[in-house]
Amino acid sequence: MDIVLGIRLKDATLIATSKAFTRGISILKDSDDKTLNLNKKNVIAITGESGDTINFAEYIKGNVQLKGLREGHEMESDEIASFVRHELARSLRSRSPYQVNLLVAGVNDKEEGFLSMIDYIGTRCDLPYAAHGYAAFYTMSLLDHHYREDISLDDGLKLLKLCEEELNKRMPMDFKGLNVKIVDKEGIKVIDF
Amino acid sequence: MSDPSSINGGTAVAMVGKDCIAIASDMRLGSQSLGVSNNFEKIFNYDNVYFALTGLASDVLTVSEEFRMKTNLYKMKEERIMEPETFANLVSSSLYERRFGPWFVGPIVAGINSKTNKPFICGFDSIGCIDFAKDFIVSGTASDQLFGICEALYEPNMESEDLFECISQSLLNAADRDALSGWGAVVYIVTKDKVIKRYLKSRQD
Repeated sequence: MDIVLGIRLKDATLIATSKAFTRGISILKDSDDKTLNLNKKNVIAITGESGDTINFAEYIKGNVQLKGLREGHEMESDEIASFVRHELARSLRSRSPYQVNLLVAGVNDKEEGFLSMIDYIGTRCDLPYAAHGYAAFYTMSLLDHHYREDISLDDGLKLLKLCEEELNKRMPMDFKGLNVKIVDKEGIKVIDF
Repeated sequence: MSDPSSINGGTAVAMVGKDCIAIASDMRLGSQSLGVSNNFEKIFNYDNVYFALTGLASDVLTVSEEFRMKTNLYKMKEERIMEPETFANLVSSSLYERRFGPWFVGPIVAGINSKTNKPFICGFDSIGCIDFAKDFIVSGTASDQLFGICEALYEPNMESEDLFECISQSLLNAADRDALSGWGAVVYIVTKDKVIKRYLKSRQD
């Protein structure tokens, strides 16, 4: 029941993840961070089987940084998305597949926002806004209705607030609020939400 | 409902006309009942071969990338492009390689042979059995509906404009009867010296 949301703006991408860390019926922590910065302009938000999430995220980060070092320039958002999808599609047909769903958020070389949704099966979809799991059922209609192609940062954050309110109303569990990050040409920042 | 070939939904169809072919697919990508994207095209183009892939979206992406690689390697080695008939046999043997752990896809190949100018279409099951057809090939979650409507609307030797109308109406009406297909469509009309790609607006529910 973890929540990951993403909204692509013209020149930036917003990403929001729930703060609750749950195991079984207990919430073990109310300050969990489900995101990982891959490089200066790319971040992933990851949910799924608890051991797999961190293991896979750090494997991806390690390889993204290695490629940056070897090639002398940082990996772009779409390259990272292709790489992640490839790894998950390969893992799916192995003895113990990674059971993780993630969003890749960033800004590309043209300084446009980038958002890609990838699930454990290896389905990749580049979208203007995205959500994984149950959160999608409650938020997609709001996002469909309010999202605009040229949405501003302010309106983007308002839209995220709207999604949070709806989730608080409809979700059976307290998810302890959202961690929000923004990726733009300046880099990755945590936003007071 | 955990059948891999109907998780994401989607459907495709190809038809033969007089010295032309048409191939079309819907644009939906879903996760069971939830619609995720209305911009997921299932037709890929390798020179004069048009290749539609329905089924598990992950495998659609993997298989389309694999054949992009294979056709590019062929082009470099042979210094010529791959003809549709050759491509169809490549698809068949590549799918059968995975006989006991198949890609969950329903491929369709369509194109016009650049030497003989003969139109060619064929379809496959997920393990590579080729279905050569003179008239039309259907695939995907709305394939039952497509068989019915194509059987009713298709006639041999249509000109390209009539073929476009026929394939478009067939796809649109079949997809509207399937909850997992629709959300827009794309149609390619291919003649000897012209290719027209059109996007169709369809019901958004």
